[in-house]
Amino acid sequence: MSTPDTAELPRVRGLVLAGGASTRMRRDKAALPYAGREQLERACELLARHAADIAVSVRAEQATDPRRARWPLIVDSVEGGGPLVGIRSALAADPRAAWLVLACDLPFVTDHVLAQLLAARAAALAADPATLATAYRSAHDGLPEPLCAVWEPGAAAPLAAFAAAGGHCPRKFLARHPTRLLDLEDARALDNINTPEEYGAALRTLAGAPVNPMRLKIQYYALMREQAGRSEESLEIAVATPADLYRELATRHGFTLPREQLKVAVNGDFAEWTRALRDGDAVVFIPPVAGG
Amino acid sequence: MRFRFSTVPIDAAVARRELLDRSAGGYVSFEGWVRDHNEGLEVKRLEYEAFQELAVKEGERIVAEALARFPVKHALCIHRVGALELGEMAVWVGVSSAHRGEAFDACRYVIDEVKHRVPIWKKEHYVNGDSGWVNCERCATAPRHSHADHSHADQGHDHPQPTPVSD
Repeated sequence: MSTPDTAELPRVRGLVLAGGASTRMRRDKAALPYAGREQLERACELLARHAADIAVSVRAEQATDPRRARWPLIVDSVEGGGPLVGIRSALAADPRAAWLVLACDLPFVTDHVLAQLLAARAAALAADPATLATAYRSAHDGLPEPLCAVWEPGAAAPLAAFAAAGGHCPRKFLARHPTRLLDLEDARALDNINTPEEYGAALRTLAGAPVNPMRLKIQYYALMREQAGRSEESLEIAVATPADLYRELATRHGFTLPREQLKVAVNGDFAEWTRALRDGDAVVFIPPVAGG
Repeated sequence: MRFRFSTVPIDAAVARRELLDRSAGGYVSFEGWVRDHNEGLEVKRLEYEAFQELAVKEGERIVAEALARFPVKHALCIHRVGALELGEMAVWVGVSSAHRGEAFDACRYVIDEVKHRVPIWKKEHYVNGDSGWVNCERCATAPRHSHADHSHADQGHDHPQPTPVSD
């Protein structure tokens, strides 16, 4: 059998880099909303679908920030600053794990981008166990993109030596060490957002992006069950949010309740109307309640 | 479980046993009953329906909030689902505590929050042959309030003038 045995590869944990100073943005990049949800939350949920577990990389002074403290934190434990310190701190915190690193200013990264990266990583390690990282090649300058990449446990020692020699740029590190590089299918997938202007443009791009149809399960209760004539249905439908879904279904089923009087639950708990829906989500519209 | 549903009549004598505690000096309970009238209409019977997965989650959160806010020993809420006749108990809340004051407060907190936040719906069947979902059908034509400005923390429906049959 030549199939790589992935069970023997270091376990992949997820690391969201949220230690940036957001100087040019003039507000916390982790807190920027896209389609109603903060980027830190989007990045964490995205990574959680591909990694064994996730942690958020922060500077010591950010460790009590409630936005970040919702997740397990890895506080910078080595000297210096910048993303290299966050990556080194994670490798130090768990020397046996590989880290799937994702900066929290990359709003265009998709499940597909991460899945491709992990597949390339498994193949690279099977071919060359000395591979220290797997990364995309920048669509702009051909250099490695270190902030959406898998860093192997073996990178810890060379990184320490690189830093001791005055190095601080993770791109330069990857360019000089055994790194498997792959090309992006979507050239803008790793565009990062540093300024208010770039943020505005990203919002427009995301809003105009075509929505792919997904399979959703919708359950109906009480008045809405009677108006829909069913207690549940499974639909293949192209909508981005519960708000879009309600608009569509209200027309289809003749619901009389305006959305303002409803709550919505996704996958068993209350949710925002603007949250992004995903394939397989279970949605319940909640008309005004009357217990007791 | 400190919040649960029952498809059979609630036995308060059995439920209160779960609250017994030697450090408690007493217990307060609230029973909500099916009433024979609502908003000028004669009620014949009613049905309760719940989104149980979320209702239990939210009900547990409410009881946990009561236990955190008031220095009481134990609290429990049981809600009926299905068809109920006049006079039947629709909901029971019990709280045991060292002293009576906080037991009354916690009991009141639980029933008020349950009515506003837990996804349970009530359909009234009237003597005149009509029927309707309480808080849904009339507000569908004459909205009395909006949920649009609710904060994330306040997940509940807050009807300023709830018109419950029980209690």
